[in-house]
Amino acid sequence: MAGLAVPTWDPETAVLIGTILLEAIVLYVGYGGLERLFGPRLMKLLIGGDADAR
Amino acid sequence: MLDSLLDGLGIAGTSPEMLALFVGFGLVVGVLFGFFGMGGSFLVTPALLMLDYEPSVAVGSGMAFVFGTAVIATLKHHDLGQVDYKLGAIMITGTTIGIEAGRASVYYLESLGLAGGIISVAYVVLLGGVGAMVTRDALNGDGGGGIDHEAADKDLSEYEVPEIAKTIQRTVRIPPMVTLRGDVRVSAWVITAVAFATGLLSGFLGVGGGFIRMPAMIYAIGVPVPVAVGTDLFEIVFSGGLGSYLYGQGGGVNLGIVVPLLFGSALGARVGSAATAVVDADGIKIYFGGMLLIGALAVGIGEIGSYIGSPTLELLGLVLVIGAAVVVAVAILYTTISSLRVKSHGRTTTAD
Repeated sequence: MAGLAVPTWDPETAVLIGTILLEAIVLYVGYGGLERLFGPRLMKLLIGGDADAR
Repeated sequence: MLDSLLDGLGIAGTSPEMLALFVGFGLVVGVLFGFFGMGGSFLVTPALLMLDYEPSVAVGSGMAFVFGTAVIATLKHHDLGQVDYKLGAIMITGTTIGIEAGRASVYYLESLGLAGGIISVAYVVLLGGVGAMVTRDALNGDGGGGIDHEAADKDLSEYEVPEIAKTIQRTVRIPPMVTLRGDVRVSAWVITAVAFATGLLSGFLGVGGGFIRMPAMIYAIGVPVPVAVGTDLFEIVFSGGLGSYLYGQGGGVNLGIVVPLLFGSALGARVGSAATAVVDADGIKIYFGGMLLIGALAVGIGEIGSYIGSPTLELLGLVLVIGAAVVVAVAILYTTISSLRVKSHGRTTTAD
């Protein structure tokens, strides 16, 4: 393993990296949606009152 | 069905306690990354080394985590128009070769039984060096380290090319010359050299390398700060993806580590990024520098503990590295909520 390796096609590893890519995209979209849905309510809870303070 | 899916992804092999620890650590790392624009990822690999993971698994999983984080951040910077795709494409080649050389070095050192020790020493030097630089700049009020959020908001035409970059652009004129965003004209070889050096560091330590690559792009190539930030992240998507693939082929990527870390960090990054709109980053940079210095000390203590066979010292190192990150993340959240409350109270009083 000491020499430089040229990447070869490996379906198992491709699924592994694809899973991380998919998780990243799902989290970007999912957390974005949650922020829009619950963000104002959470802000109101944290700063105690005016949710439009931001 | 769910069990077989989790088993297939390698998550079932991680205990619920470790999953919770990784989600929590990811949250902390995400807050730091979102707030400072760098820094969280290079706490992951040393923490995994202290948890007794194989060096190749610690570096490979650290790199896969960096890849996932970069995908999320690039999507955001793409929306803001801060990615120079030409610069990114040229850098990918140099970085890829650098990462592969770094990865081969890790496996070679592992075959000699020296990988854990040498990677830890490299981390002590790196964390200590960057930590000392950030702390010095914070004490001098220079605001060094991390992304300058005000500079990142400036128009590209307002950005001034640093003197050192102008000198390099004038003296190194080996063809082919390329024109980048912000009217920067530079030799493709300068870009490739910067990319190789930072790729080598990424492949060897499992870090994104942004804390070296961003200043290198600004001072050696001369690109505007916002373009350096966006292009760096775009480039990490490819180099980190390839590096993760190569480590994954050798069994170095553990989804039981990466999936929960990413789950926590994606949320933390949103919180940290939102906090930059409320809190002045310069005031907190001194804590960030301190955290890196404590991280360097923690890795050193952990390595000594491992060398002399003292589990207490190893545990102390782990507690220090995680504890320092938690303290800075909590300081950011506390300051943000306090600032919001003060602003909210001020508006209410004014309205009265």
